Amino acid sequence: MATIVLPRSLIALFPAAPRRYEVEAATVAEAIDRLDELAPGMRNRLLDSGPVVREHIKVFVDQVPATLATPLQPDSTLHIIPAVSGG
Amino acid sequence: MTRHLLLVGTPKGAFILEGDTARTSWSLRGPLCEGWPIHDLSFDLSSGAILAAGGSPWYGPAVFRSEDLGSTWTHSSEGLTYGDDGPKIPTLWNVTAAHGSIWAGAEPAGLFRSDDDGSTWSHVSGLRDHPSCPGWEPGAGGLICHTIVPHPTDPARMWVAISAVGTFATEDAGATWEARNRGVVACFAPDQHPETGQCVHKLVMAAGEPDSFYQQNHCGVYRSSDAGLNWQDISAGLVSEFGFVMGAHPRDPATGWVIPLTHPEEGRLAPDGALAVWRTRDRGASWERHGDGLPKRDAYVAVLREALAVDRLDPVGVFFGTSTGQLYGSTDEGVSWSLIADHLPPIWGVEAVVLD
Repeated sequence: MATIVLPRSLIALFPAAPRRYEVEAATVAEAIDRLDELAPGMRNRLLDSGPVVREHIKVFVDQVPATLATPLQPDSTLHIIPAVSGG
Repeated sequence: MTRHLLLVGTPKGAFILEGDTARTSWSLRGPLCEGWPIHDLSFDLSSGAILAAGGSPWYGPAVFRSEDLGSTWTHSSEGLTYGDDGPKIPTLWNVTAAHGSIWAGAEPAGLFRSDDDGSTWSHVSGLRDHPSCPGWEPGAGGLICHTIVPHPTDPARMWVAISAVGTFATEDAGATWEARNRGVVACFAPDQHPETGQCVHKLVMAAGEPDSFYQQNHCGVYRSSDAGLNWQDISAGLVSEFGFVMGAHPRDPATGWVIPLTHPEEGRLAPDGALAVWRTRDRGASWERHGDGLPKRDAYVAVLREALAVDRLDPVGVFFGTSTGQLYGSTDEGVSWSLIADHLPPIWGVEAVVLD
């Protein structure tokens, strides 16, 4: 099972959701689908029309920048991180 | 017991102020909506819910909803899309409840409707199907549908305002839309009288007269007595034609408020650093300047599109927020003013709610 690590600002929108999920998924896209099943609405928070990962959200698989098509291994860790920006 | 609320939208979240009976002492709660940039808040009288529209640079657009006056919130953007091949929507600029539905104005300009209290949304495609849409260009604030004015009794009729595009009306519940800009000047364009391209900043309906409107435009203040088909310039007597906000009296169709700012190419700020609200009581034939209680010097601030609200009490309360985070209120229909809150983030939206 791949591990998904979510940012605090996303969890704040889904108070029942934990920071870490274990999911069965072959790609990043499938992992986000599993997230949406567990926390309905989360897919909309992470993906824009296309679908593509929202412009200021970054995803990393095993610490390497990834896309929705990036494959996941059973022991992969998927980090979802808001871009470092603001004011 | 009557409760007085002010709903305030900022780039750092929503805030709610609750006032005493006299509307002179206010307590502040916030930031709400997880600190998301919130352009507009409104109160759904039919459900008692507070609605907040905005968008996060990380997580996209959403309408937040609270059924307990802001203690807890839900959010949704399910259906807030122009489709996989359409333009992306970074944020919402307006949320308005009417006739059992909720409407949301988007950036880039478009309209969405929810018939399930904001859980899911559908695109009201008729607006962007208007033949002028391919030529819509953004103003400095973006290509934004910032105002939604439902007809008070006829669900089929509605008006929307889009910056740098103009006013549109539907009489078939959003299936088709007609541009309603005749008489409004596009003073910044080579063709100053186009069908669309006028930069409306705020549109309000006159009390009890669903075919009477006022608008603060980039190029002046206007009124219409025929549902927006034709407009007359009523800027004469104002210190400046430019401003963003426009408020309408809840009972007197002849009374409205604006806050003129300096020329759009000269800062868009309070003229001479003196903040003032201007009131008409004769449909724009004349204007009175009211600055009692407002800064008389060194106040180089603006008041943005959604940032003026009126309540429904007698005398009417008028409230506005500045681009530098001050919230002012008047309980004598805009004649004298007092500071309600300071040190807020820049204020984008203000809504006044009276709960009996």
